[in-house]
Amino acid sequence: MNDALAPILAASNLSRHYGARHAVRDVSLTVARGEVLGLLGPNGAGKTTTLQMITGNLAPDAGEVRIRGIDLLDNPVGAKRHVGYLPETPPLYRDQTVREYLRLAARLRRVSKAKVAAAVDRAMERTGVGDVAGRLIGTLSKGYQQRVGIAQAIVHEPDLVVLDEPTVGLDPNQIRDIRALVRELAGSHSVILSTHILPEVETVCDRVQILHDGRVVYADTIAALRNQRGGQALTVTLLRPPDGETLRAVPGVRSAELLAPGRFRLVHEPGASPAEALARRCVVDDWGLVALVPEETTLEEVFVQLTQRDEAEAPVAETQP
Amino acid sequence: MIGVIARKELAAMFHTPLAWLLLAVLQAICGYVFLVGLDGYLEKAPMLAQYPDPPGLTEVAAAPVFGTAAFLLLLATPLMSMRLIAEERRNQTLALLVSSPVSASHIVLGKFLGLFGLLALAVGLFTLMTLSLSAFTPLDYGLIAANAAGALLVAALCAAVGLYCSSLTAQPVVAAVSTLAALILFWVVGLGASDPSSWTRWISMLGHYQSFANGLVNTADLLWFALATALFLGLAVRRLDRDRIYS
Repeated sequence: MNDALAPILAASNLSRHYGARHAVRDVSLTVARGEVLGLLGPNGAGKTTTLQMITGNLAPDAGEVRIRGIDLLDNPVGAKRHVGYLPETPPLYRDQTVREYLRLAARLRRVSKAKVAAAVDRAMERTGVGDVAGRLIGTLSKGYQQRVGIAQAIVHEPDLVVLDEPTVGLDPNQIRDIRALVRELAGSHSVILSTHILPEVETVCDRVQILHDGRVVYADTIAALRNQRGGQALTVTLLRPPDGETLRAVPGVRSAELLAPGRFRLVHEPGASPAEALARRCVVDDWGLVALVPEETTLEEVFVQLTQRDEAEAPVAETQP
Repeated sequence: MIGVIARKELAAMFHTPLAWLLLAVLQAICGYVFLVGLDGYLEKAPMLAQYPDPPGLTEVAAAPVFGTAAFLLLLATPLMSMRLIAEERRNQTLALLVSSPVSASHIVLGKFLGLFGLLALAVGLFTLMTLSLSAFTPLDYGLIAANAAGALLVAALCAAVGLYCSSLTAQPVVAAVSTLAALILFWVVGLGASDPSSWTRWISMLGHYQSFANGLVNTADLLWFALATALFLGLAVRRLDRDRIYS
């Protein structure tokens, strides 16, 4: 197999139940080199369970996990070398200093003794925790602790970095920093990021899989998700509006609905916005255009549509290599 | 990898005052027992000299230190062993080890050696204390060595039992109580048996320790301690592996 083209992670048909409850059913994930995959879903959808299975923290009932072609179940030690994992609760020893802790993490991940110091320095530099290197982890703020958690996941330069809700509980500035860090990581690592925050996926991920009730209900690129959001309507506000018939006559407009005096909602064919033609008419006929807003289905709406659809209708989504 | 984990555990124990305090308290108690033994010997020495084969200073003053030490280790180990796995589970830090390329047996052996290191340090201090007598009088080094070996074996078994109990729960205190109960039961179980070949005698830790206390390094007893220690370590490994399967 060509090593450069082979996926870093290939997990197929993972299932896991807790007692009688199926937490994850038949979930498949593939991550290519340098790719950021967003795992999206409401709380309890099975995101954490899935991530625990691909990092060897939980044994799947069925399915297979291969990391760089190494079977995680047959050869866990060999496969785990290439993975860095930040669980939902960062596994930090509060009574160690940041540097001590990262040295330990590096040694546990089999960084050779001679290279530990350099690896720790590099991880601290990338995550911006260098200025607290000598402080006890227990005394750090939540944001810094989260960064230390990420630092331990990347200290051994793994091919695959798995981050479980890395921005939960942080303030907006910290969230921005962590997102920037994840984007930076994508240059040299493959990343899987789980979250229930939609804009997060949009800003940092290349591809997205949406989990609901333990199943994949959507899997595609971010661009495709955006297209799906592409609206089919415009809202236009005019100071001197013509009547609805005139508006409907504008090429591309299918129907016009009066929302308020001077404000119309114009429905058009998906992907064929009449905005330009409309603006031209407004100028030519002096309708007094003050606002022309394309209506977007928000990501939230797409999400709600996907996660509230009846199970019978849910398409079995394909994972892309 | 085992070494990395063992060093981490040992360092973690010395990060808290508990390890220091424990070493100090154990040393103080054993020191007191040692002094009492020494005092008794000096008092009785003229009387003892009338026997045809009188017991020496080592037998009267030094050996009892190890008997006390072994029992104290029984009481002290739960305090140190309780956090090993239970606390990591409660703080959800076990993921650091589990997602690293180390197997469950590495984790268990590493943690065991870390704890055993501390207990061995305590035994080492007791041994040094008894050896300090050599500056004034000849000692029976064989007897001291057998006693120290016995104490080390007790320490190893205590550590293994403690580690296993700690692997069963996410509550360190529960781990401590169950360890203490198991160890004391293990110690006293054969006491009431009049028949020396009864099975309760055989599973009792005290019975197997006794020969070391008498200066006899018996391979059967040595093997018993090794097997019992390995059994509990094996159970702990199994328990950690089970975490991934059921949880």
